[in-house]
Amino acid sequence: MTNKPLTLAEKVWNDHLVVKGENGSPDLLYIDLHLVHEVTSPQAFDGLRLAGRPVRRLDQTIATEDHNTPTWDIDKPIADITSRTQINALRDNAKEFGVRIHSLGDAEQGIVHVVGPQLGLTMPGITVVCGDSHTSTHGAFGALAMGIGTSEVEHVLATSTLPLKPFKTMAINVEGTLRPGVTAKDIILAVIAKIGTGGGQGYVLEYRGSAIRALSMEARMTICNMSIEAGARAGMVAPDQTTFDYLEGRPHAPQGADWDEAVAYWKTLPTDEGAKFDAEVFLDANTLDPFVTWGTNPGQGISLNDAVPSPDDFSDPNDKAAAVRALEYMDLKPGTRMKDIAVNTVFLGSCTNSRIEDLRAAAAIIEGKQKAEGVRFMVVPGSAKVRLQAEAEGLDKIFKDFGAEWRFAGCSMCLGMNPDQLAPGERSASTSNRNFEGRQGKGARTHLVSPLVAAATAIRGTLSAPADLVDSAEAN
Amino acid sequence: MEKFEVFTGVGAPLRRSNVDTDQIIPAVYLKRITKTGFEDALFAAWRNDPEFVLNQEPYKNAEVLVAGPDFGTGSSREHAVWALRDYGFKCVLSAKFADIFRGNSGKQGLIAGEITDADTEKLWAALEANPGSSITINLVEQTATIGDLAVHFEIDEYTKWRLLEGLDDIGLTLRDEQAITDFEAKRPNWMPKTLPAKH
Ligand code: SF4
Repeated sequence: MTNKPLTLAEKVWNDHLVVKGENGSPDLLYIDLHLVHEVTSPQAFDGLRLAGRPVRRLDQTIATEDHNTPTWDIDKPIADITSRTQINALRDNAKEFGVRIHSLGDAEQGIVHVVGPQLGLTMPGITVVCGDSHTSTHGAFGALAMGIGTSEVEHVLATSTLPLKPFKTMAINVEGTLRPGVTAKDIILAVIAKIGTGGGQGYVLEYRGSAIRALSMEARMTICNMSIEAGARAGMVAPDQTTFDYLEGRPHAPQGADWDEAVAYWKTLPTDEGAKFDAEVFLDANTLDPFVTWGTNPGQGISLNDAVPSPDDFSDPNDKAAAVRALEYMDLKPGTRMKDIAVNTVFLGSCTNSRIEDLRAAAAIIEGKQKAEGVRFMVVPGSAKVRLQAEAEGLDKIFKDFGAEWRFAGCSMCLGMNPDQLAPGERSASTSNRNFEGRQGKGARTHLVSPLVAAATAIRGTLSAPADLVDSAEAN
Repeated sequence: MEKFEVFTGVGAPLRRSNVDTDQIIPAVYLKRITKTGFEDALFAAWRNDPEFVLNQEPYKNAEVLVAGPDFGTGSSREHAVWALRDYGFKCVLSAKFADIFRGNSGKQGLIAGEITDADTEKLWAALEANPGSSITINLVEQTATIGDLAVHFEIDEYTKWRLLEGLDDIGLTLRDEQAITDFEAKRPNWMPKTLPAKH
C-alpha cells in the first residue's frame, strides 16, 4: 500500500499532513507560505489582536499592496476613502505584528501573485495560501496553492496550518503544438469553455501533456491562475527543468547544498506512472484557435474565428437562460462575427497576464504600428519589478509611442478599482480573468483575451488576432 | 473565546420570522476593517423605528434574543454574528436557524439554541408580561428559564462542547500545537523564508 502510485497533488498534500482527520473531520495541513494583501487581511489581524495571538511564522509571511493601489500619481495620497483605509490598515498591522511588507512605491510592490514567484518564494512542493481566489497561480510551480477567506487568513497567521477537506483530482491533458498566435490564455479559456465554470468544483486540476511541458513559467502561471474560474480548488503543473531554470538565482530561491537537496526532492514530485485521476479531460493543442469570451462568465468563450452563439445553441436550460441574459448585458446579437466586435478599451494587465513575457509579446505586435482611432490602451505591469524590467528593455517606449497609457503596478482595471474603470456600456478587450457583469465598472462589458489578441485588437479596434494584421498588410 | 456554562441576562422578544442577515446588518457596514464595534450596525434599519423592541427602555441591555423562525437566512456574512455579539447578545433562541448562520455563531461564541414554535410563543408571552425580565441560559442542561417557565433548546453536541470549552477555530487547532511544532522541526531547510528579506 505504501507504493501506491500517487498524483502530484496527493504527494504535496501527504507531505504536509500535520494531523490526519478522523471520522470525516478535515485534515490539518501545514502551510509553508502566506501571502497577504490589504483587502482580506484587516479583520484577520483584528482577530489576532482581540485574542492576543501573535503571527506564528513571520518568516513565512509577506504582504504587498495591490488591489487598491492607484496606477497613476502614486506619490499623491489615495483619494478613495475605503481604499486608503485598507492600505493604511495593512501598513499599521504589518508594523504592529512585524510582517514584511512591500508598499506602494517600493521596488518589490505589485500584484501578490506576481510578487511571490518573482522573489523566488513560490517553489515546487510547497503549500501556498493567500486571501485571494487567484492564488491558484502559484500551482504553476508544482505548489499546492489555494485561495482562502478572511477567517482562514487569521487561522493561518495564528497557526501556519489550515483544516482542509480532501479533494478529488482531475487531469487536463493538452497534447500537441500550439500554432503561432495561440497562447496559454487560449488553452485555459478553451478548457473552461469545455468543462464549465463549475466543472472543476472539488477538484485539484493537473495540467499535463506535451503542450503544457513546452510552456514557459509565465505561461503556466496564466493557466493555473484561471483554474478558479473553472471552480477548482487549485491547479498545478509538475515541476521540470523549465521550473528549476526559472527559480535558480532568484532572491529567495535555495542556494548551494539546499538547492541540490530541493531539486532532488522536486524531481520526485511529478505524478507517478499508473496513478489514477478521478476525472480526465483532453484538449488538442494542434487545432486550437485564439479564444475569447462573448458572455459574462469565463466559461462563455469561443474561437475568435467564430460568431456570437445563439441561446438556441445550448441544450441545457440553465445555459440557455444564461446565454440570453449574457447577450443582453453584452449587447450582442447571435451570428455577429467575433472579429466584428469593436471595443473602446484594451487592458493589458492583471495577475493572469501582466508579467514581462506578456508585455514583450504585446510590444512585439504593436511595435511600429498605429493604434486604432478612439481606442484606449492601458498597460499595467504586474509589479514594480516588471515595470522596471520593461523600461530597461525599452518596452515602455514602444507602448507610449503607440499611444498606450504606461501605468504603475497593481490590479487596476482587473477589478475596476477607482478610478481605473470602464464607463457604463463601454466594451473592453481585457487580458484579465473575470468578465462578470460590472467587474470592470458598472455596466461595463468585458471580453477576456490573450495579450496577443489584446495587442492586435488595439491596432484594428475590433477583436483581432495577430494573423489578421498580416492579412490586412497584404491587402494594402 | 470565553467558556460558557450558565448565565442570566435580559431577554428581548423579536416577533419576526425570516430575519435575514441583511436585516441583522445592512451591507453598508461591511466596508469596515475591524472585527468588532458593530453594535451600532445591528438591525440598523429597524432601529430607526422608536417602536422597535431594542429601542424600548427595558430591552436596551438585552443579552438573549427570542426570535421567530428562519433566523439568519440570506448572505453568509460573518458580520451578522459580530453585530449581535458586539451589541451584547450571548444567545439567540429561534425555532429555526439558517445553517451558515448557525455555523458562524458556534465559531464566534454566540449560542444559537433551537426551540419549538410553542415554546417561542411562551417565552414571548412571559417576556412581554414583564418587560425587562431575565432569562437564565444553562448550556449544560440546554434550558432557558424565566421564573417558573423552563424550556428546552437544541444545540448540536460538537458546538456545545466547543462553547463549553471556549474554543474558536484557532483554539481548536492549537490543541494540536505539539503536532505542529513537531512537524516544523522536520521541515527541510530549503523551504521558503520571507525573512530576512532579500532583493
Ligand atoms: S489582478 Fe485581478 S484577479 Fe488578480 S489579484 Fe488583482 S484583482 Fe484579483
